[in-house]
Amino acid sequence: MADRSAPQHSTTRQQVLYLWLDGSSLEEKVVGWAFHDGTDGAGPQLPDTGEPGKAPYASGVRALCDGWMLLQSAQLMPPAPGQEHLNAYLEYEFVFERRVEPS
Amino acid sequence: MIDTSESRMSDHRLSTRQMAEFVANGFLRFDTIVPADINDRAVDEMAQLNAERLLPDGMKPPHSLTPLDECYPAPSAIGEYLRLPQIRGIIDSLVGPRPSFDHDWVHYIPGGGTYLQPLHVDATADSSDPTFDIQLFWYPRAVRPGEGGTRFVPGSHLTRVRSSGLHRYQHIVGEQQVACDGGSVFVFHHGLWHAGQPNPGAGDRWLYKIRLNPTEPQVRRWNTDDLDAVQNPPSDHFFARMQPGSVAEVFRTWHPWMGITDYRNDQMQRALLWRYLTGDDDFDVDYYLTRLEGRADLMERRG
Repeated sequence: MADRSAPQHSTTRQQVLYLWLDGSSLEEKVVGWAFHDGTDGAGPQLPDTGEPGKAPYASGVRALCDGWMLLQSAQLMPPAPGQEHLNAYLEYEFVFERRVEPS
Repeated sequence: MIDTSESRMSDHRLSTRQMAEFVANGFLRFDTIVPADINDRAVDEMAQLNAERLLPDGMKPPHSLTPLDECYPAPSAIGEYLRLPQIRGIIDSLVGPRPSFDHDWVHYIPGGGTYLQPLHVDATADSSDPTFDIQLFWYPRAVRPGEGGTRFVPGSHLTRVRSSGLHRYQHIVGEQQVACDGGSVFVFHHGLWHAGQPNPGAGDRWLYKIRLNPTEPQVRRWNTDDLDAVQNPPSDHFFARMQPGSVAEVFRTWHPWMGITDYRNDQMQRALLWRYLTGDDDFDVDYYLTRLEGRADLMERRG
């Protein structure tokens, strides 16, 4: 029987990975990333590239191959009139999750 | 009174290539440009300013709108730094000889400091015109790699973003973190994305940042002796013919975080900023503005 005195330890934890790609396809190159770890370090971590500043995955598809599940893709929106040639935020944002069961 | 005459500045103004690099990258780096004795004396003054600026009494920064020449009168190591001919040459080139003080701040990160500042831009979302402020980041002490140097994203300065919208970006390919010898100065376009970083090292990290506003058009303030030689015509086009060594060549800098659309849009923004800086309203790189303007003219002529 599960230990009900510590229910927080039996709850599935979420890891979230944001990848920003240089185009709208999951095949394209990673240009930015952010990792939020609901396991507080207990779950699997991002691959160590051995090189500071190098993305943990080469593309969105490579993240899928490492067990990440796609939650959301960037919507493709036409630029607003007058804004056609302005850059703002990184455009092609993909959000992934991994659910980690307590050990 | 400080002599800011053209002749005194002539040896220290930026070259056209340096100005083009500032437009393409959003920053310029000057290693060990401040003499050691000024760096040594400045740290104590920075510490005093940092400790007292918000107290009822004690050392205070200038008021915003103060002419730069009147900021930190002697005796002041910060004032000596701001009046160095090589620093004034940089300032004159970018914001003219009579900029006003916007604000300054001492960013002190003690050895072992863990505060991680999120990526941001200073002030508010930008206006749509190409005018710009500069921010000088002066590191009077050496900053070792990974020990609290400012993180920044080259080429991010011409975007239109809200500051808090950048907090999400933990890592961007091509970003840099300052590491330098003591007395080095980085000059940022005000729109450059940046963030303070933790300092796991043993030594303290000192930074004096000052923001300056231009009070006159920022047109041809640098040493333009080489401008005619490197200014390319609007026909300069990667997919047609190019002039080697031109401004357009510098403006083809492709930052690693840019996709193809980001890159082309940014080339257009660089060209628009260069038109402002040079007064050459026909300037272009890779034909993006000229192509559209030609078609707009057809509509005008239709009557």
